[in-house]
Amino acid sequence: MLYREAGQFKTDYTKDMAVFPILQDRIGVGVILFIAAVIIPLFGSDFLLQAVMTPFLVFALATIGLNLLTGYTGLLSLGTGAFMGVGAFACYKLTTSFPGVNVIVWIVCSGFFSAAVGVLFGLPSLRIKGFYLAVATLAAQFFLSWCFIRVPWLFNYNVSGAIEVPQRTLFGVPITGPNSAPVTRYLIVLAIVIVMTWLASNLIRGRIGRMWMAVRDMDIAAELIGIRLLNTKLLAFAVSSFYCGVAGAMMVFLWYGGAEAEVFNINQSFTILFMVIIGGLGSLIGSFFGAALIYILPIILRFVPAELGVPLHAATVEHLTFIIVGALIVVFLIVEPHGLARLWQIGKQKLRVWPFPY
Amino acid sequence: MRKKHLVLGAAIAALIGGDFVAPPAQAQDTIYVPLFTYRTGPFAGSGIPIANGMSDYLTMLNERDGGIGGVKLAIEECETGYDTKKGVECYEASKGKKPVITNPYSTGITLQLIPKAAVDKIPVLSMAYGLSASADGTNFPWVFNPPATYWDGASVFVKFAAQKEGGLDKLKGKKLGLVHLDAPYGKEPIPLLEALAKEYGFELKLYPVPASEMQNQSSLWLNVRRDRPDWIYLQGWGAMNPTAVKEAAKINFPMDRLIGVWWAGGDDDARPAGDGAKGYSSLDFHAVGTDFPVIKDIQKFVVDKGKSQVQKEKVGENLYNRGVYNSMLIAEAIRTAQKITGKKVVTGEDVRRGLEQLDITEARLKEMGAAGFASPVRTSCTDHNGHHKVFMATWDGTKWVKSSDWMEPMKDKVRPLIEAAAKAYVESNTGWPKRTEPCDKSS
Repeated sequence: MLYREAGQFKTDYTKDMAVFPILQDRIGVGVILFIAAVIIPLFGSDFLLQAVMTPFLVFALATIGLNLLTGYTGLLSLGTGAFMGVGAFACYKLTTSFPGVNVIVWIVCSGFFSAAVGVLFGLPSLRIKGFYLAVATLAAQFFLSWCFIRVPWLFNYNVSGAIEVPQRTLFGVPITGPNSAPVTRYLIVLAIVIVMTWLASNLIRGRIGRMWMAVRDMDIAAELIGIRLLNTKLLAFAVSSFYCGVAGAMMVFLWYGGAEAEVFNINQSFTILFMVIIGGLGSLIGSFFGAALIYILPIILRFVPAELGVPLHAATVEHLTFIIVGALIVVFLIVEPHGLARLWQIGKQKLRVWPFPY
Repeated sequence: MRKKHLVLGAAIAALIGGDFVAPPAQAQDTIYVPLFTYRTGPFAGSGIPIANGMSDYLTMLNERDGGIGGVKLAIEECETGYDTKKGVECYEASKGKKPVITNPYSTGITLQLIPKAAVDKIPVLSMAYGLSASADGTNFPWVFNPPATYWDGASVFVKFAAQKEGGLDKLKGKKLGLVHLDAPYGKEPIPLLEALAKEYGFELKLYPVPASEMQNQSSLWLNVRRDRPDWIYLQGWGAMNPTAVKEAAKINFPMDRLIGVWWAGGDDDARPAGDGAKGYSSLDFHAVGTDFPVIKDIQKFVVDKGKSQVQKEKVGENLYNRGVYNSMLIAEAIRTAQKITGKKVVTGEDVRRGLEQLDITEARLKEMGAAGFASPVRTSCTDHNGHHKVFMATWDGTKWVKSSDWMEPMKDKVRPLIEAAAKAYVESNTGWPKRTEPCDKSS
């Protein structure tokens, strides 16, 4: 009843092409943005901002990055963690070499380094596909992880081999380093994620996105209609790695405050891949759903026994969380193999006809 | 039906949301001590006995004395899985409850928390792990790593090897190997060993073990066999240690020349290699076994009453006692803080002062029921470590036996390096706060 399009007429092509053609969607997005940008910073505890929302947004951005490659272009990659690492280490080198430039500029610029590396490792994608490509990107993962440990120049010859985030300010307010308030960092992450999500949505709705999807659906047909495969695939790798690189830089600079190479290991790549699959291949909103399910759900589950008054040992809770999250993932994939995004779509469809199902 | 769902959903959301928006306030008459432990994950083998020891000692204080100075301790474990991400999450979650101290129990997590400690006013106790440079109290007023740093440990290893070879000058031309976990933790001793190698003319061979290859070290030990180092120092953790000891036994490396850092001295590190591990030594700074009144009290008040997760026969094992030792430092810091401030319920700021004034003498150890359990510990404003003595414990096939006297680290070599490293750390972290905390003169 609430969610009905009756009466909403599109009178020109611009309206027809709008990102959110339905009024209710526009309101919904507005409400979500309002909550994210005003309510949460005002009323959220430091824990919510620092340990829940910031990581969630970082992971969501990385998931969008991988989704552009895997979901939209159909190229499977297992090197996400390493591409995030490239972004983080690039940002560290840039900000320690040029401390005068604002760190936000460097966080965004570090994406270009990641993109360059991504293109390099994306080159084989013209010849190999599917699992074979996944293995080729796995090589990127291992090689880059090795670099992060073995090339001391990358971490400024630090004895412990870790990168530590120096303090940087914006208009005199510390935004990185220990003195920065969680709320400042959250707002910066939020701003970057919103802008980059908006860019991504425009990208996939335009010519480039169409090209990617054509390549995904059938690359020979795509080639026949005049799409240059190598360029398209490399562009997908570049854009995807750019997103992952920015996410990695944000992860270290705006969330962790320091990191060792171990952070960007193969597990990180798998986590992001799972987020893409659970959230829904080829869906932006699915990227957010996937990140939420895999990152936030375990945190929530950890609080449930305590709130219900069941005293459990920390380790038991941890084991239970693993079991429950694992089971939920299986359940979600059985209920809807196309991910949470598809569930969301079905839900919206049902709401449209509610309360008179026909 | 839909309404029912809504109500249920709202109830759950309220339940969970309550925690996120406003963490429950801690009762005013307790001291909140979070313990970051890991009973899961690849390092659980070493993590479980430590976690048991840590919580058992503090529980014993609660049961026997009603806490410290009449104030009960609120002990809460948080599972990190030795994962930096989860560790930081634990830290953020505990921060709202006003903890008086954090023990990250992982070098990775410690590195993340060091910059936060001064801002959040919660001291970090990284007992004999973490950043060696943080022993410099002038630059790291909120970080403590008694009783010895990794650099002290490595220097004792070199000293011990020299002693067996017949003097430091005999080290010239010898090969000393370092088998280490390829992570910040494992890499910590490298700068000191490099400096000593230059000074005494021995050759330093590095054998890094990536975390993913912890249980698959055969190729590395082939290299060891080729290089034939005279001595090996093992800086491993978790599943890496038993594997290394087993592999060393397999290639017939002389066990009396394989020395582990204190973290490579778990009973389960040596036991799997069977008789092959006989003669393997590791550094240690506290006794093993249950022949101390304090351990007997733990058995009486905690283990026998079923308030512990430990298996009864594992009480008194090396890593269990390590956990007990760690908690002793926490308890003594809180006690000292109460003494300095005269307050019953102390805060993180008070405990920082307590940690800085730690003075656990022989007499105090006896009072604690731990005479002979450890050597006296003393810290100061400038020295947050003390560079205390350690000894060698040797595996006799079934248990660890003390096999050497207490050995002094090469403080004259370690200290300048620490100060230089601390300076470098501060320089590379622009905006690092200058120490403003005044120095207590009470002891």
